[in-house]
Amino acid sequence: MSPQEIPFLTVAELRDAYRRGDFTPREALDALLARIEQTEPALQAYLDRNPDAARAAAASADVQLPLGGVPIGIKDLINVQGEPCGCASRILAGYRAPYDATAIARLRGAGAIPFGRLNMDEFAMGSSTENSAFGVTRNPWDLERVPGGSSGGSAASVAAHSAFAALGSDTGGSIRQPAGFCGCVGLKPTYGRVSRYGLVAFASSLDQIGPVTRTVEDAALLLGAMAGWDERDSTSLNAPVPDYGAALSGVKDLRGIRLGLPKEYFIAGIAPAVETAVRAAVQQCESLGAEIVEISLPHTEHAVAVYYIIATAEASANLARFDGVRYGHRADKPKDLLDHYGRTRAEGFGPEVKRRIILGTYVLSSGYHDAFYLRAQKVRTLIRRDFLAAFQQVDAIVCPVSPVSAFKIGERTADPLQMYLADIFTIAANLAGLPGISLPCGFDASTAPGKTLPIGLQFLAPSLGEDRLLRIAHAYEQSTDWHRRRPPLSV
Amino acid sequence: MAAPEIDVRYVAQLARLQLTEDEVRTFQDQLGQIVDFVASLGRVDVSGVEPTAHTSDVWNVFREDVAKDSFTAAEALANAPRQANGLFSVTKVLE
Repeated sequence: MSPQEIPFLTVAELRDAYRRGDFTPREALDALLARIEQTEPALQAYLDRNPDAARAAAASADVQLPLGGVPIGIKDLINVQGEPCGCASRILAGYRAPYDATAIARLRGAGAIPFGRLNMDEFAMGSSTENSAFGVTRNPWDLERVPGGSSGGSAASVAAHSAFAALGSDTGGSIRQPAGFCGCVGLKPTYGRVSRYGLVAFASSLDQIGPVTRTVEDAALLLGAMAGWDERDSTSLNAPVPDYGAALSGVKDLRGIRLGLPKEYFIAGIAPAVETAVRAAVQQCESLGAEIVEISLPHTEHAVAVYYIIATAEASANLARFDGVRYGHRADKPKDLLDHYGRTRAEGFGPEVKRRIILGTYVLSSGYHDAFYLRAQKVRTLIRRDFLAAFQQVDAIVCPVSPVSAFKIGERTADPLQMYLADIFTIAANLAGLPGISLPCGFDASTAPGKTLPIGLQFLAPSLGEDRLLRIAHAYEQSTDWHRRRPPLSV
Repeated sequence: MAAPEIDVRYVAQLARLQLTEDEVRTFQDQLGQIVDFVASLGRVDVSGVEPTAHTSDVWNVFREDVAKDSFTAAEALANAPRQANGLFSVTKVLE
């Protein structure tokens, strides 16, 4: 195999090639670095890279380990010791992580090499990566379009083969939506399945770390390496971790699986190309033996409002730590302490982060707490109950990831509310704590002549049902060739 | 429930965020629309419904109160924008 072809391998293929002795981790890393040099001028997915540390790790990699010698790109809000962890924000200028997040320590334990800092919406607040303080990442399928967000750098690099796989984080769809926009696989685990220790907190009751990969099998491999109880995250779940990779073997069809199709998810405003592709995918599942059952999630229409109250409330508290004292940016020559805080934060945070801090502070403030925050927490209970009732009838739910395919850079920035409303299909999984996976199910050829954009399909499963979720997604994926298509990234 | 007004200037003070006049105007308009939208939850019947704070079935997680190795003072200070005498330097609080 020529070095130019190495970056196009999946994680599983890379592992097997190492074990056969086709090439070494050091050679694969060099091939990846060359690919990155080729794609980055157009893509701008990476905020920082440390090739020397990665080469040293590759030189001593043990390829018998599950992910031995596999470089994995890291979203810029997960701490990797000694590397920047800036959350794509000016307020963390100069910060270097003094420790590894638990997910990183576990990936290292499985032999993987964390490599590079991937762009994102500042503090994971956004759906397009346009809120990065360091410029927008581009969609490899159409460079005039966004890669989605907030894990846009993770999805764009995996889709453009400038990362074999990446970590993202998902608070309201931030793994699944960019994976959908870029034509990759994105997995949001059950809340508590992967430790949040070392993940910079946005909304603590919703955040989860998860993989962005090119295949369902790769997602299973990464999840298996990261999942499990951690005493450093009091919300992590003390439940056994199945062998997710092994769970896929022998899966050929969907016989015996009942898939729920939520009637509230096919709404006005969904793009015709998306609806057509998702409905065709549902038919494909049926032809693979699944029984399709119409279900109702009656509180769906309230999910966006609940999310933007709870997520901003938690964010306003979490981001209070950025005070210019212990790390990051500090305003010059403040006249007093209030001026120190007010200017440090004014200079350090971008507009979307400020908007959300203000909204979150408001919904928690005296006189409004019960009307907004407490009420949102109660409606969250109703949304969760909708899913618990649905999973009495079905094994998993199938639905779109986003009502649209990737939109143009700058097209939606003026109207934050419209941007929020497009999160409708992904946020309920976070509110209910459920695992969800996004994978390609077709292409939208209606946006620009000669260009096609990926369309994502989403499956949702009951709490801790990742093994079932991965088997269903794998069966669908293996019956299609959407995941084998390569973007025309021309550089 | 009629959506209450949001006073962006006042709330930003609570959040320790200095805003420019332009930001106050823009956010006032945008957040006014967003508050109107989220106030739609006032229509939902939540009588007798318990709030959900998070979805892990775990509560009151304790550990043994024993000392463990952690950061040294130098490691803890490594990212501080200003430090003095092995301590974080804070802007003066008292005159």
